[in-house]
Amino acid sequence: MAQATFRIWRSNGTGGAFQDFKTEVSEGMVVLDAVHKIQAEQAGDLAVRWNCKAGKCGSCSAEINGMPRLMCMTRLNELPMDEPVTVEPMHAFPGIKDLVTDVSWNYEVKKKIKKFKPRKPDAADGTWRMQQADVDRVQEFRKCIECFLCQDVCHVLREHDKHDEFIGPRYLVYTAALEMHPLDTEDRLKDLKFDHGIGYCNITTCCRQVCPENITITENAIIPLKERVVDQYYDPLSMLFRMFTGK
Amino acid sequence: MAGAEVTWKNGKFGTTQRRDRWWVESALVFCGFTAFIIYATWAAFQGKFYTHGPYLSPFYSPEIFGDSPHAIFGPKPGWIPDWIPFSPALLILWAPGLFRFTCYYYRGAYYKSHWSDPPACAVGEPRNKYLGENSFPLIMQNVHRYLMYIAIAFLFLLAWDVWKAMWFTDATGTHFGIGLGTIILAVNVCLLSSYALGCHSLRHIVGGYLDSISEHPVRHKAYECVSCLNASHKKWAWCSLFSVAFTDIYVRLCSMGIWSDWRIF
Repeated sequence: MAQATFRIWRSNGTGGAFQDFKTEVSEGMVVLDAVHKIQAEQAGDLAVRWNCKAGKCGSCSAEINGMPRLMCMTRLNELPMDEPVTVEPMHAFPGIKDLVTDVSWNYEVKKKIKKFKPRKPDAADGTWRMQQADVDRVQEFRKCIECFLCQDVCHVLREHDKHDEFIGPRYLVYTAALEMHPLDTEDRLKDLKFDHGIGYCNITTCCRQVCPENITITENAIIPLKERVVDQYYDPLSMLFRMFTGK
Repeated sequence: MAGAEVTWKNGKFGTTQRRDRWWVESALVFCGFTAFIIYATWAAFQGKFYTHGPYLSPFYSPEIFGDSPHAIFGPKPGWIPDWIPFSPALLILWAPGLFRFTCYYYRGAYYKSHWSDPPACAVGEPRNKYLGENSFPLIMQNVHRYLMYIAIAFLFLLAWDVWKAMWFTDATGTHFGIGLGTIILAVNVCLLSSYALGCHSLRHIVGGYLDSISEHPVRHKAYECVSCLNASHKKWAWCSLFSVAFTDIYVRLCSMGIWSDWRIF
């Protein structure tokens, strides 16, 4: 057993400071294990949100040594243990206590996105027919566990607080899953441009880099949506084509 | 949003809890792009040493007006005033230059390296104001697809240059042959093609805009091919950037007599 120092953000929601905790760590431990050990042995009031410990519920999102990561999926042997490991709550959302943030803004954003609107059923029994090739693209987006690490690392939200104007990468992925779905007939491009702020994204790819599900957020979701917005609002040839064909 | 009141927010340029050398990537990108821009600008204004035998520097191709045998319409026309700096490269280099400038990969890279917006992921920025690509001037980045059309036309012209680079003229006439310069020009076209044909806009136009792409088998295949190149767009962007600069250097140094072209056969 080796000893390690964890520098954990302590706060009651207004203000706060780092507090150092020394604890024994062993092979195979993840950051969440260490935080639980500290909670059990040294700081019974330490608040941390967690659930599955398997990288599938998206509850234990935090910033470990400055990078947004899931605590349950960050093994200690990936980190330099000769110096304190900093554990902070996500920066893009208001703190509630210690490592717990209020992510309810995300759920409010989701309500603003137009819902799935399928075409009329293909068969008399009310069912549809789709080709696998057509749903392959959107299936990647269904892997999202809503950990909100992409929202946290996005500098538009994190640094510039554009929460009222920009829905963030998570909800651009959600919109892409609906917009590219072969059965969907709803049009969300106007909302994307005018209300959801897709133009604020400057393609830093940070969202893709922190995604624990390895969703290719920037290249497969955001840029294709940007291109669809270009079709609709910026490309004169596309506009002419639509004018003459009615498509 | 109450996020602005959070006391642990960064807020100062470069502030971060990251322990890794987050600045290295941005610094390398800064050096790489800046070096290329300086060299390409210098080379474009030279107006000489851009051909060697059948070789034509990609910075000068197509040579619309110029003094070399590669010029399509002959020497500089009289209607171009003398006080305007003239070089065959200045007539054409804006197109591939703007294609790269508006490329999705390059945008994301130089916003970080040259504008610190952000300097790296989860690192504090120098400015509070942020407009993104939502308004002028960066809204103009949406012209990218038109520059992509021009860039693809350039690929055909550069491939034609490779063909011409296989025909060497000497006292006995014109003969088929391959020199090191031919290979360098050919590799350059391959790398430029891998970059331009993996363009995000092209990916959208060939089929990405369709929700039911399986109904269009040719578009589906094209989409898959572009997606394959697109997956390594960053790699192709850098390789082609180096190759196009190196090809110009090779032709230039051969033309100046500093290097000798190695004639393979």
